[in-house]
Amino acid sequence: MGALTKNTHRRKKRTFSEWIKSRDGQKVLVMVAFMVVPLILLAVFTYIPFGEMVNFSFYNMKYIGARKFVGLKNYAKVFSRDDCFGALKLSLYYMGGSVVQLSLALYLATLLSFKVKGGNLFKGFMFFPFLINGIAIGFIFKFFYTRGFVFDTVLQWCGFQLDNLPYWLKDRSINNISLVGTSVWRYFGQNMVLFIGAIMSVDNELYEAAMLDGANKFQQFKYIIMPSIKTIFVLNVILSISGSLSAFEPPYVITDGANGTGTYFVVMHEIAHTQQKVGLASAMAVVLLGIIFLVTIFQKLFFKYVFKDSTQ
Amino acid sequence: MTIFEKAGKYILIFLKYLSLVFFSFVALLPVVSCVITAFKSDVEYQNTNVMTLPENWFNFDNFINAFNKAGMARAFMNSLIILVCVLLFSTIIGTQLAYVLNRFKFPGNTLIRNLFLFASMLPGVAMQISVYEIMYKLHFINSLPGYIVMMCGTDVIAIYIYIQFFENIDISLDESAIVDGASYFTIFYRILFPLLKPAIVTACILKGVGTYNEYYCANLYLQDKNKLATVATSLYTFVGPLGSKYNLICAGVIISLLPALVVFITCQKQIYSGLTAGAVKG
Repeated sequence: MGALTKNTHRRKKRTFSEWIKSRDGQKVLVMVAFMVVPLILLAVFTYIPFGEMVNFSFYNMKYIGARKFVGLKNYAKVFSRDDCFGALKLSLYYMGGSVVQLSLALYLATLLSFKVKGGNLFKGFMFFPFLINGIAIGFIFKFFYTRGFVFDTVLQWCGFQLDNLPYWLKDRSINNISLVGTSVWRYFGQNMVLFIGAIMSVDNELYEAAMLDGANKFQQFKYIIMPSIKTIFVLNVILSISGSLSAFEPPYVITDGANGTGTYFVVMHEIAHTQQKVGLASAMAVVLLGIIFLVTIFQKLFFKYVFKDSTQ
Repeated sequence: MTIFEKAGKYILIFLKYLSLVFFSFVALLPVVSCVITAFKSDVEYQNTNVMTLPENWFNFDNFINAFNKAGMARAFMNSLIILVCVLLFSTIIGTQLAYVLNRFKFPGNTLIRNLFLFASMLPGVAMQISVYEIMYKLHFINSLPGYIVMMCGTDVIAIYIYIQFFENIDISLDESAIVDGASYFTIFYRILFPLLKPAIVTACILKGVGTYNEYYCANLYLQDKNKLATVATSLYTFVGPLGSKYNLICAGVIISLLPALVVFITCQKQIYSGLTAGAVKG
C-alpha cells in the first residue's frame, strides 16, 4: 500500500471527508469494501487454522480441556507408529490408479474429438459419476462389491465362477485395488472432459490443413492433439501425485479404513475426530503438507525444465 | 482404397464404438444396478439376483420409505437454504474480489492472488483438524449460518473464472463511465456485474454442485442429524441397522442424486466449460 499512503500524505491539507470523496479516496474505499470480507474468510478458515495446526502439533491435547506441551514427541510418533507413516504406502495404489485413469481419459478424449455418432451422449454417461455425492458413492460401491451382487454377477456373465472370486472389500490382497477402481470410475470422465476441452481449443483449420496434407488419424494425434493437451496432461499428472498422497474419500466412505485400507488421511481423521488426539493428528497433517509442498516444488521445477525443453 | 484398407477402416470404427459403449457401460453399471434394486419389494429383493429386472417399474414404495426414514423433506429444505445463501454470498464476494484484483493495480495484488491459490492447495481434510477448533470457538458447530459462512470461504476456481472474464471486458467501458462521473460502486453494479452473467452462471453451477454434494464438513459441523442434515448427510441414516436393506438404500441414493442429474442434463455445456476454465488456471 506504499503508493497509496504517499498519495494521502501529499494531499494532507484536505480533510478526511474531502479525501474520501475524491477519486483516490473512492478507489481505496471500494478496494477495502470489496476485499475485506473475502480476506477475513481466507484468514479465519485457512491461514489462522494453518498456524493453529502447526501450534497444536507440539501439544498433547484434545479440542476441550488442558493442553500439555510435548515438543517434538508427536512428530516422533508419526514416524514410528505403524498406522501413521506406514499408511503412505497405500498411496502407491492410488498413483497406479491415476496412471490408468489419465491414460483412459486421454484415449477416450481422442476418440470423442473425432466425429462420433452420439458423442455427447457417451461423454455425458462417462462424466456423470463425477457429479454424485461422496456418501452416495459409498453406498453404491458397498452394494456393487457385496458378495454375489453387481460386480460378481457381471463377472459370472463373463464366465467366472463365484467360488473363485475374492471378497472385493475384505480380501487384503485386492481390496485397495477395488477402492482405487471406484476413484478411477469417478474421475476418468472428468479428466476426459478436460482433455476434450484442450483438444477443442485447437483451431479447426489445423485439422483441415492436416487432412489436405494427407495426414492420417495417428499423425493427427501425434502432431496436433498431443501438443495441444500437453500442458493440461502434465498438470494432471502432477496433481495426481499430491492427490494420491492425500487419498481419502474411497476408503472413508466405503470401508471406513477397515481391513488394511486406511490411507494416511483416513487414519488422521480417525485420530483427530474419533480419538481426539488433536496434537498427533496435527503433526500428521503438517508432515504430509510438508511432503506435498516439497513434491510440488520439485514438480514445478521439473515442469519448467520439460517445457523449456519442448520449446527449444 | 484396397479391400484391406477398407476392412481396416471398418475394424477401427468398430473398435472405436466398442470402447465407447464399453466404458459408458462401466460408468453407468453401478448407478443402473441401484436403480434396478430401488424398484424391488423386500421379498423380491431377497429372492432375486440384484441384476434381475424388477417386476414392477412403478413400485415407488422404497422411494417413499427412504424419503421419510431419512427425513429428506427437511434435508432438502436445509440443502436449499445452504445452496441459496452460499451461492448468493459467494457470488457477491467472488465477483467483487475479482473486480478489484483485475481492475486495480496496487502493491499486494499478486500476493493476494497467491494467498488464494496456495489456500486451494491445502487438503481440506487436513485443514479441518484445526478449523474445527475455530468453528467451536465461533459457536459455529450445529449452526446452519456457521456452516454457510464457512462454505462461502475461499473458492479459487470461481475467482479465476471471474478474473478471466473481466480480462475480456474492455477497460474503456470503465473509463468512459468514470468520465461521466460514475462511482466505482456504480460501475461495478450497474455496468460490469450484468455483463458477468455467463461467468456467474458457470461458477454458480460448479459451486452449486460442489455445495450440494459436500458431506465431510456437513457431517463434522452439522452434528444434529435430526434438524440439520443436508441431503448428502441424510443418507447416513442408512448406516447401521438398515445397512443391509439395499432396496431402501438404493432408493435413497437415487433420490439424493436426482437434483445433480437434472442440473447436469439442463446445464451440460456450462459444467464442461466451467471445468475447463478452472482447470487451465489451476
